[in-house]
Amino acid sequence: MSTAVDMPHFVRARQVEALPPPNLARGPIAWIRENLFSGPFNTILTLVVFYLLYVSVPPLMKFLVIDAVWTGTDRAACRADSGGSESGACWAFIWDKINYFIYGSYTISQRWRVNIFFILLAVGVVWLLWLKAPRRDLGAVYFFWVFPVVSYVLLTGGNENFSGRFWLGFAIFGALVIALFAFVAALLKASLRPALILGGGIVAVIGITLALVDLDFGLAHVPTSLWGGILVTLLVATVGIVVSLPFGIVLALGRRSKLPIVRMASVIFIEFVRGVPLITVLIMANTMLPLFLPGDMTVDRLLRPLIGTALFASAYMAEVVRGGLQAMPKGQYEGAMSLGLNYPQMMSLIILPQALRIVIPGIVNTFIGLFKDTSLVAIVGIFDLVKTIEASRIDPAWAAPTIGLTGYAFAALFYFVFCFGMSRYSLGVERRLAAGQKR
Amino acid sequence: MSAQHIPTATIDPQAQPAIEMIDVHKWYGEFHVLRDINLNVKRGERIVICGPSGSGKSTMIRCINRLEEHQKGRIIVDGVELLDDLKRIDEVRREVGMVFQHFNLFPHLTILENCTLAPIWVKKMPRKEAEEVAMHYLTRVKIPEQANKYPGQLSGGQQQRVAIARSLCMSPKIMLFDEPTSALDPEMVKEVLDTMVGLADEGMTMLCVTHEMGFARQVADRVIFMDYGQIVEMNTPDEFFKNPQHERTRLFLSQILH
Repeated sequence: MSTAVDMPHFVRARQVEALPPPNLARGPIAWIRENLFSGPFNTILTLVVFYLLYVSVPPLMKFLVIDAVWTGTDRAACRADSGGSESGACWAFIWDKINYFIYGSYTISQRWRVNIFFILLAVGVVWLLWLKAPRRDLGAVYFFWVFPVVSYVLLTGGNENFSGRFWLGFAIFGALVIALFAFVAALLKASLRPALILGGGIVAVIGITLALVDLDFGLAHVPTSLWGGILVTLLVATVGIVVSLPFGIVLALGRRSKLPIVRMASVIFIEFVRGVPLITVLIMANTMLPLFLPGDMTVDRLLRPLIGTALFASAYMAEVVRGGLQAMPKGQYEGAMSLGLNYPQMMSLIILPQALRIVIPGIVNTFIGLFKDTSLVAIVGIFDLVKTIEASRIDPAWAAPTIGLTGYAFAALFYFVFCFGMSRYSLGVERRLAAGQKR
Repeated sequence: MSAQHIPTATIDPQAQPAIEMIDVHKWYGEFHVLRDINLNVKRGERIVICGPSGSGKSTMIRCINRLEEHQKGRIIVDGVELLDDLKRIDEVRREVGMVFQHFNLFPHLTILENCTLAPIWVKKMPRKEAEEVAMHYLTRVKIPEQANKYPGQLSGGQQQRVAIARSLCMSPKIMLFDEPTSALDPEMVKEVLDTMVGLADEGMTMLCVTHEMGFARQVADRVIFMDYGQIVEMNTPDEFFKNPQHERTRLFLSQILH
């Protein structure tokens, strides 16, 4: 006997060495028995799931792949009465219309500009999201400044032709901004030089941006009413994602602020935007915004729903971020405060990195929701991917029974690839952050 | 001797007190947590504060670096009065280190980053210098080899020593300890207390809320007993333990000393 069960006196004489666990049954058969058929309930569940898979997967594969029509130039290929096959997807239709699905009605001779935009976007996304990429700080400058400005010039053609009065106005604005920074610095008794550099820097960035937009690069003007397809979908989604996260964080902090006016403003914004459907926000942005603005001011047709979706996503993002902030223990705030960190330092260095990490699933959930919600801009007449499919579906040259289904299958595939990609990336981020700090 | 009659004559008039609390009151809503607190702490003085839970001892030391706000009276820390001025509060917090019961380390930063964060951002110290300072104090609390781990990978006692090192990196003039050993396993209490004794031996001004009476006997210049938000009794440790005056103090001591 090795342990003291019925002995009044026991002193261990020898340390028990660590042993490997007993050799359990391994191999595929054991795994199946243990995981799929471990009991009557589990067995029934397994059989039901297998039956559902049997019912759904083979017909889907038959429609999408086996019976599908891959080549053809018009409806004849996908109609039984003209010798084609009409029981499968008509991929020939997608192939024929693919340019319309990607670019919408963007001027055909200028579509290389959209291609460059796609490449620039991909470069920016990879630079920021691929962790081993070099100089990711430069990547941020690229993605948040260089890329938007270049894209704007590329896609619209730039050459805004600002008037002399506009530049005069900008000069006054710049002087005011710099004066404001100097004033705040004097108020806080901070040194003047960094404030002037900061203010000057902001004015310079805005000025350079405006100058680039103003310059004539010899690119033909392409009005936004011609844009469409994947270009618009990606544009709306990217702007929405890039704007909603920082704006949502600001709103969440505002909602938890001690200052009543800031808090009230945040609460009203969040609750109002969250309380109405996105379609309402879009229609309001589209038809009512111009009514509120002074007569000579117009907002671009595409910009209106762009702002609408971004603000809508921000309200949701704010609530997600607030959840993370509320999960932070009070001790983290106290630890930061006791070291003398001020509010912006405490938030940006201690609280937000942890709070955002907690809510990564929620953030990505909002991003995915936003990505799919971009299809609603069709309501206000923007030709996003789904709208271009809708428009092509009724093309008489392609009148065939499976055209609609094929179009939507293509849209589903497109959305799924992007959303699944986001989901997988966020899982990777979660795993990496969790590995860094095992609790 | 009661709290209201601090022998002011014994305080060297040349040396400005490290902390002065004059007629401090605080309420949580209707609840009067701190009542008529008067306390003068000399530079280099070590004070241990004890009392039953809910007696206001934590609240009192948390008022000193303004984690809690007092509503009446004056608190002057190192010559700076705590008012609503945020800049002054940050100034005081830079001079006053604090160690918490639950460590409050930042779990998303390594031990070294925990220690260098405040010097870099608050004192604007160059990163390299801050790291040297941090390694110096981590060596002093005897865990330099853990510098690149995360707080969650350390034992409670190690975490608390890191928390002490993190405060020391700001070279504070005053250290506040809020029940630093209460959340630790018994085996780890000693390593933290040893660190604190070492600190006391170097002449740090310390205010320590603790029930470690051995520590109080060993290092404290004064022991304060609080109850119902008031300072009930204050004395040198010898007198305090041998000859408690107030009935409440005697009852408390009889329950914690066996």
